[in-house]
Formats: sequence, C-alpha cells, structure tokens
Amino acid sequence: MSTTTPVTPAPTPAVQAAAPVAGDVREAPSAAAAVATLGVETTTRTPREMAAEPVTGITGAQSLVRSLEAVGVEVVFGIPGGAILPAYDPLFDSAVRHVLVRHEQGGGHAATGYAQATGKVGVCMATSGPGATNLVTPLADAHMDSVPIVAITGQVPSGAIGTDAFQEADIRGITMPVTKHNFLVTCADDIPQRIAEAFHLASTGRPGPVLVDIPKDVLQATTDFSWPPRLDLPGYKPTTRPHSKQVREAAAMIAAARQPVLYVGGGVLKAGASQVLAELAELTGAPVVTTLMARGVFPDSHPLNIGMPGMHGNVTAVTALQKADLLIALGTRFDDRVTGNLDSFAPHAKVVHADIDPAEIGKNRVADVPIVGDAKETITELVAALQALRGTGPVADLSAWWAQLHRWQATYPLGYDWPEDGSLAPQYVIERLSAIVGPDAVYASGVGQHQMWAAQFVQYEKPGTWLNSGGLGTMGYAVPAAMGAKYGLPDTTVWAIDGDGCFQMTNQELATCAIEGIPIKVAVINNGNLGMVRQWQTLFYEGRYSNTHLSTHGSKADAGTPRSVRIPDFVALAEALGCVGLRCETREDVDATIEKAMAINDRPVVVDFIVGADAQVWPMVAAGSSNDDILAARDVRPVFGENQV
Amino acid sequence: MTRHTLSVLVENNPGVLARVSALFSRRAFNIESLAVGPTENPDLSRMTIVVDAESAPLEQITKQLNKLIEVIKIVELEEGAAVQRELLLVKVRAPLADRTQVLQTAELFRARVIDVNTDTVSLEATGTPEKLQALLAVLAPLGIKEMAQSGTVALGRGPRSMSGAGTLRPVDRTA
Repeated sequence: MSTTTPVTPAPTPAVQAAAPVAGDVREAPSAAAAVATLGVETTTRTPREMAAEPVTGITGAQSLVRSLEAVGVEVVFGIPGGAILPAYDPLFDSAVRHVLVRHEQGGGHAATGYAQATGKVGVCMATSGPGATNLVTPLADAHMDSVPIVAITGQVPSGAIGTDAFQEADIRGITMPVTKHNFLVTCADDIPQRIAEAFHLASTGRPGPVLVDIPKDVLQATTDFSWPPRLDLPGYKPTTRPHSKQVREAAAMIAAARQPVLYVGGGVLKAGASQVLAELAELTGAPVVTTLMARGVFPDSHPLNIGMPGMHGNVTAVTALQKADLLIALGTRFDDRVTGNLDSFAPHAKVVHADIDPAEIGKNRVADVPIVGDAKETITELVAALQALRGTGPVADLSAWWAQLHRWQATYPLGYDWPEDGSLAPQYVIERLSAIVGPDAVYASGVGQHQMWAAQFVQYEKPGTWLNSGGLGTMGYAVPAAMGAKYGLPDTTVWAIDGDGCFQMTNQELATCAIEGIPIKVAVINNGNLGMVRQWQTLFYEGRYSNTHLSTHGSKADAGTPRSVRIPDFVALAEALGCVGLRCETREDVDATIEKAMAINDRPVVVDFIVGADAQVWPMVAAGSSNDDILAARDVRPVFGENQV
Repeated sequence: MTRHTLSVLVENNPGVLARVSALFSRRAFNIESLAVGPTENPDLSRMTIVVDAESAPLEQITKQLNKLIEVIKIVELEEGAAVQRELLLVKVRAPLADRTQVLQTAELFRARVIDVNTDTVSLEATGTPEKLQALLAVLAPLGIKEMAQSGTVALGRGPRSMSGAGTLRPVDRTA
C-alpha cells in the first residue's frame, strides 16, 4: 500500500450532500488512514478526511471500507458470512464501528432506528443468499416509511452468478420493488462511486433504502481508491424548490379558508421543518393533525395540535379532516389508514398538497394546488407568501371553526376504560411511562394495539422521539430499532414499547444490546395475544379467536385452552439475554417498576407488563369504512349534524 | 381506455428493462407493447411503451416511471405529432395456386418478400398497428403459418428531439 499525495482533497459539495454528518473525532483511526498520514502532516485532520486520501493497490474490500469512512459512516449493523467476508477484514481495523447483530432483520431495523433518531444514513451489512434475503423486510419497511438506509450485501463471485451457487440469491432483483434504488457492483474500481451514489440517493429527495450488492471476487480484486468520486446519476434530479406561483396560490387559499386543517406527515419530520411548521401554524391559527409518522413534529402540548387522524385517531382530528374546507397536506401521502374510504374522505375540502415526491401528488386524492418541493423550503415560502398577503387583507376568522373543534374535543376526548376483570389497563401503563420518562426520551414501538396506544397516550413534544413502522406495519421492529436509536443517541433514554407478539419476533437483539453496551429499555405490553388481530376477531368475527392466543400471559384470562402458562417467561428470557427482567401486574406497581427500570443504566431492561387481554384500541374507523363512521368507543357513534359548521 | 405512446429515455444499464416492466406489473398498469433499442447516444436506450390508460392513471404511470433512477426522460408522443411503426414478419401458406394473390397483397401493403419456397412465402411489412392488422386480415384466409411482430417504435415529427436542443415537452403534469 502506498500513498500518492499527502494533500487532503476537499470533498466536493455533491459528496458532502451525500454524506451524513458524523462525529468529528474518533478514537482509533484506521490502519489505512494511519499509513496515509505518514507524509507531511501539518494540520490535524479527521479520520474521515484521512480516509479520503487516494491509495493505490488495495483490495475492493479495503476500497469499500475506506468509502464508508470517507462518507462519514459511524456504525454498521451486520453479520458476516462467506461472500461478504473479505469486507470484514479491513472493517476489523476501521474507525467505522460494527455492531454484530443476531439476525440480519435486526441489523436492518437497527439501521432504520438509527437513521430515524439521528437523521443520518443508517447502514447494515449482510452476506449473500439468506443473509441478504433476511434484509428484505427491513428494506421494505424503510421504503414504505422513506428512511435513508444503505444495505451492503456480499454476492457470490461474478462467475458463479446465475448458476444457483451456494448461498446465491438475486438480491438485486428481489429488492427492486422495495428499495429506492439498488446496484450490483461489477468492478472493484466502481466501489467508491457506487457507495457515494448510494448515500446520495438514500439521503436526498424522498429518502429511502439503497442496496449495494458486491460479488466476492470484486471485493478481492486489486483496485485504486480516490475520493470523492464523480456521481453519475443523470436521471436523478429531485425537485426541492417549490414553484413560487403554486405557493402564492396555496397561500391565497389558506388565507380564504374558514375551516382549514394542516395535515402534517412524516415528510415534515424528515425535512427538519418542525420549526417552520410551528411558524406556519401560528401564523394561520389553523388546527394541526400529525399522522402516525409525524408524531412529535409539532408539540402535543401546543393548543393548535388536535392530535392524530386515521383509523385510530381521535374523534376531533378525524372529524376535522372530514369537515374541513381546506386541507393543507404537507409531506404526507393520503394513506388509506388516514383517509378511510377515499370516496367519502374530506368531501368538502379543497386540497393543497405539498410533497417532495411528485408521484404522491394526485395518487390517492386530487390536489387543487400541487406543490413539489422539500417540506422545509415549501413551508418557509408559504409563511413568507402568507405574510405578504397579510399586508393587504384581513386574516380569516377561524373562531367558529375552533369553537366547533373545542366542542368535539370536550365531547369526545381520548380516553379508556379499565378492564372489567380487574387487570391492568395497557393505556395506563403507557400514560405513566410517558409521564415518568418524559418528552426527551425516544420511544420505538412494534405494530399493533400497543403501537396505537403508544401513539395516542405518549405525549410527544420533540421531533425524532417517536419511531415506528407505519407503512409496512412490521411486527418486530421495536427492539432492533430502539437498539439503533440508542446507539446513535447514547445519552438519550430509549424505550421500546412492544407487544408480546412483536417481542417474540426480534428479541434476540437484546443479546446484542447487552454485549455491545446499548442499554435500551423495553416495555412489553403483554396481553397474551396478538391483540390487534384479537380485537378484530372480537369486532368482526363474533369473538372466534382463531390463532391469536400466545400463552405468554399466565393470568386468569389464560384459563381454559390453551393451558394457563407463561411461555416464554419474559423475565427469565430477559435475564438469559443479559438484561434485567422486571414484571408488573398491578396498577399500584406501575410507577415503581418504571422508576426501577429508569434507574438501571448499565444493562438493557425488560419490563413485562401483564395487562388485560380484552382492552381495545378506540376510537376506530373500521377498515374500508368512511371516516364519518368513526366509533369513539365500542358502539358509540359520535353525532355530528345540526348546528355544526 | 385510451392508447398512449410513451417514449422513455433510460440509462443503458443491465436490469433497466426489468425495473420498468416490474413497475408496470406491481402498480397494476396495463402495458400493450414495449420496444427497447439503442439510441444515437450509446449511454442511453429508448423504450417505446404503449399503454392503455385513462389520463389520470397515465399521469401516475409517468410519475412512477420518472421515479426510477435510471429513467432520464419521458415524452408522450401524441398520435398526430409522431410517426409510429411496427415490424411484422409473416409466413403465409402459398401453394402455386394462391401465390399470385399473396404477392399482390404484399404489393398492395408495400410488404417485401423475404423468403420463398414451394409451400410458403414470408413477408416483411412495417406500418402502423392498424395497417398491419389490415394486412393480416387479408392474409388470414390464405393461411398464416407463423408470424412475429415487434412492439411499436415511434419518433416525434418535426425538427425537435428528446435529447438534443429544442426538446419536446416532457410529460410532467404537476407544478
């Protein structure tokens, strides 16, 4: 290995944009970087700058690791295997930390959790064949929720591709529909460029997952490295600046609206636009609804925040959309879980739809004013346009609208009943968790009832504090995502709020957490069942509980068939995985148990909250129904009608 | 349903066709014909895609196509403003008794004879899908032994081009 020049090349803007901003100083510079610094050295440089030194005669694997260093990667979540093995040798010496996960799915979700919590690009790595196919679920998950992650997979040697070789899978073909883009690297010289392109694609425009598949012989080939590479993406030009005429038109509609709603989605969070969103909300005085993906982007405590819309949104938020005369949809995609039956969704509303992805505009609902652009730029320009308008005319009077909204809020507040059998209310557990842990923590949830309760009953005040699998609805997301988030934010308390079904899908990553020093906390909302499915069986299948009983409960509710057992015992399981296991079964113990968990910071903690099996998520708009048919609670249909705006 | 012809410039990379065709199938868009070939620029290929769609889904199709990283540009070629052609190779039963009729038909449709033997005549014809349909209708009673037909390829009329200066207006119906 030799160095060609001691001069630090300045990264080009293109690559800077592609790279996440990593910590400036790291403990151990890589051996390769150390060699690169043997020449004339006058100023202190970061490992990232050192990694950008050109080198000749290195392997493709070394080129890959240098590329990851140069692009600013802090951590990779992965598992080695035959085809990716060459990459793990230089990784051993690299400043890039590798977290050895127990299952590739865990690695993928960890990358997602890391990305969602930090705003940087998450990275996961796996070998060919089954290693790569185990990444399909987290890639699809990140694709649906537009999370910037890069997956690097080993592939069988080029000559063996297409021969059904051992551990061969066409992962590029398999992941085409669930990635923003993917590459098969055919030549070691292309590695830096493909890595730079992957990070650029993942993190710009509408973010998303990118997979880079590298055959083993390409990793072993000899190549030269230089950084930054030229990006060659002639077909990729995301529009970030909104069209000013469209913005002015939108501003005029906002100014004229009498019953507007700011319908805010995850795009606003990703654009880092919570500050300007607050300005826009306060300037217009319009109510704000934050979708499942956008919880935290606007403080729950803000008087303009009327909560979450959708299938399990609160009555006021759902009904506000239905009765609105204008929807200002920002970074959101009119998902079926928000709109309910599309034909009857917000029938009186004109729509301003701003999104960075033009394909989302008009996909489900026709937009009267479409705006393609970055949410932050769009909202900033909307604020300016509204301020300009304000000089010439009066602001719309929304007092009648707010009077109506306040009546709904007073009549149909979010709430819950305690289970009749005397068991613990899951909603209470989550409410207390929020109160004790506070709004600075990060909450990651699985999918199901506990997810909806966590969205409803945790008070979110800050962006990036709520992580969940919204689009794909991936059970098993919580534990590994919390692990990734905690790795990225080591000084922040990270709670996984999980269900007993979800928890059994990915809890093996607790071993990773325990060994790698990633002390997350897990609240298992254990109702002994696949709770959301059971709720649907209660409501739509005459209580025929086909295959939803998990036998993790061990309580009275488990009596009968199957046997009243507790398999697995989550406390014992937690201990076996190197965590502290706690159990809480009564209302009286909830606070003390949470406080006990909060006091443990040297190990992961799992709390098994045994809650009532019959608790249900309310309000609810049944799948395919109109939002007008929302039920505030079982058999409680709100009455909207006479004397209402 | 209405027929629309999209001319799509894509990067000449392996796997692009798979991306485009997979997009059509997973988004449940109907594809009527698809032709791929090289362009004047070796880095680019041109796909001519004929779709059956109403205008709103067509907009979704073009937007989703535009999202593919390797798609450079999409232009809708409207019927009057573009030349559209398909290539047909057809092997017709042509014993001596019928041979004159086959050859006359070929002449009428400006088809060329590309192979002859004692039993059959093979013809090559180009034209709009309608013209080729008409030719096949005339040949059918004589006995079509085998045929191969290409997808539509199309170019906009006039001096403008998709890649050069004075480009055609790309399909983008949003702001």
